[in-house]
Amino acid sequence: MRAIHYREIDGSGGFWALVGLLALLLAAGLTAAYFMEHIGHIITGMSNQVVWGMPHVFAVFLIVAASGALNTASIASVFGRVAYKPLARLSGLLAIALLIGGLAILVLDLGRPDRLGVAMTHYNFRSIFAWNILLYTGFIAVTGWYLWVMMEQRLNRHSRMVGTVAFLWRLILTTGTGSIFGLLVARQPYDEAIMAPMFIVMSLAFGLAIFILVLMAACRAGARPLGDETLMRLKNLLGAFAAGLLYFLLVFHLTKLYEAKFSGAEAFILWRGGPYTVLFWFGAVFLGGVLPMLLFWLPPMRRSRAAVGWGSVSVVVGGLALVYDVVIGGQAWPLSIFPGMQVSSSFYDGVVGYYAPSLPECALGLGGCALAVLITLLALKLLPFLPETLADEGN
Amino acid sequence: MAMTGRPAAPRGTGHEVDEDRRRFLGTAALSALVVAPGVSLLAFAEGQGRKQGASARTRWGLLIDTTKCKSSCTACVTACSSYNGWKNEGRPTDPQWIRKVQVTDPETGVSRSVPVMCQHCAKAPCVEVCPTGASFKRADGIVLVDRHICIGCRYCMMACPYKARSFVSEEISGQKPWAPRGKGTVEGCTLCVDRIDAGQVPACVQACAHEGGRAMTFGDLKDPASEISRALAEFPSVQLRADLMLDPGVQYQGLP
Repeated sequence: MRAIHYREIDGSGGFWALVGLLALLLAAGLTAAYFMEHIGHIITGMSNQVVWGMPHVFAVFLIVAASGALNTASIASVFGRVAYKPLARLSGLLAIALLIGGLAILVLDLGRPDRLGVAMTHYNFRSIFAWNILLYTGFIAVTGWYLWVMMEQRLNRHSRMVGTVAFLWRLILTTGTGSIFGLLVARQPYDEAIMAPMFIVMSLAFGLAIFILVLMAACRAGARPLGDETLMRLKNLLGAFAAGLLYFLLVFHLTKLYEAKFSGAEAFILWRGGPYTVLFWFGAVFLGGVLPMLLFWLPPMRRSRAAVGWGSVSVVVGGLALVYDVVIGGQAWPLSIFPGMQVSSSFYDGVVGYYAPSLPECALGLGGCALAVLITLLALKLLPFLPETLADEGN
Repeated sequence: MAMTGRPAAPRGTGHEVDEDRRRFLGTAALSALVVAPGVSLLAFAEGQGRKQGASARTRWGLLIDTTKCKSSCTACVTACSSYNGWKNEGRPTDPQWIRKVQVTDPETGVSRSVPVMCQHCAKAPCVEVCPTGASFKRADGIVLVDRHICIGCRYCMMACPYKARSFVSEEISGQKPWAPRGKGTVEGCTLCVDRIDAGQVPACVQACAHEGGRAMTFGDLKDPASEISRALAEFPSVQLRADLMLDPGVQYQGLP
């Protein structure tokens, strides 16, 4: 195998224009957070019925994608597949950037973001949320350490060991994220242990899709060769992850349909839930799973780079739809306090919760995404994360 | 700071000493703003009566006989709202520490009006999931939110099976000294902990007895001689979502 030479990306006019645009989006997100804190969550679409809104959709998506973005590095270091080694640094960088973007949204959506210090100093270790605070910050530290041993030649020999720690950490982290929902026994749309491994499969798909898109964009903008073999290998992996996610969705809903107590919630998500049903079937299933597989593997498109790009976009859009369905749809379905009874009250008991995302929420969510891309771009500019060439061997 | 109120001072031994100490601490806080958070935390801890009061020998509970509760009566809700200083103006963002749920059996048509509030579970999911420990349970079973360390993550609202908690979404005014409330934090029924510590019954129970149908009985579930224990022994009662095995301190009789 030939030696890999990494180099910083060039800062052309287009690069700085993109940085400027992202900085604007970030500023819009911070402004939204400022108003949400000073005026209160009254300016959002959230209520006492739907308590987590659009910021959580973006935050959960980015955090889940972050652990998945580390896939490529793990395949190289942990599973010894040398073909993935040139991509490992970018993989680690994206993992950190996406996680910081997601965490920023999560923190700024708190009722009291000024109490971040309290969250870092008061721990209830029976809370999966508290564990996640440690898992998230630990993930940034472990992945940073991993990048260091990959980028510092003298430490390269440790990359397998540190890569294994990072790989195990990411599995535990996504288990924790899935468990935030899976352990909610009070809400019928959640309350399934399978949500933990399902979130791992979601992370594999979302993270790899974002990785492919960033890799294709960076190579194209920097005129760096990206070999068909590398891209097709990643594409096949993403197709397999998309199929895996469909399988988990199938098992998740079949399990729930089998239990009578969940039948109302299942009917809501699968056929009577209006926008939530559309998001599930068209968003999560079609865009997130079926369409990418068709684009990746239908004979006329098997070698098409455009199909790889559009398939990855489809996984990202479908993934956002799925997370929206899980986070918002799961809350919109009313709690069953009196099972089998008809209920009504001034507090919207028995009524599907109404939620419409507000501008500040969307701005905060997009601001977090902009932060993740901004960190990635600036890191690529400052440090040698990307190989000079990713052309296929022999070219 | 959004929070303006503090719970009432603990009654009994050491009350006068506490007042002096508070005055001193108040002066100190003005002159040294850096130590203010610590001072207010200290005052809060004392205000909760944690040192003197809550004992595991007691388990406060509430029994609601729904056959005596009229749909048209909202005495308990009004009393809670005015005593604790929260207002429901009919918006989905408004808090409701207690509400009346009309529960109807679709088979028989039997219908009851059921007051629902924090059920003060022995194994409270809100306490389990709270990342900072702001949701906590006193030794006597009362579940509360420490508004000083609540970060407003709303995970407790996701976890509560009874929809018993509300999030304060905007600036509020008119807080009562015994019921601290603040924008950006979560709140719910305190079982009128300050009244209990003062030897009184919760505001809803008092209102129900005077203006309502005497449907609510409050007392110590661990005392076999208490009115609530005797009533529970006499007639069958149920806990809401008993399948979750959370052991709520609130129980109901006469549900359809």
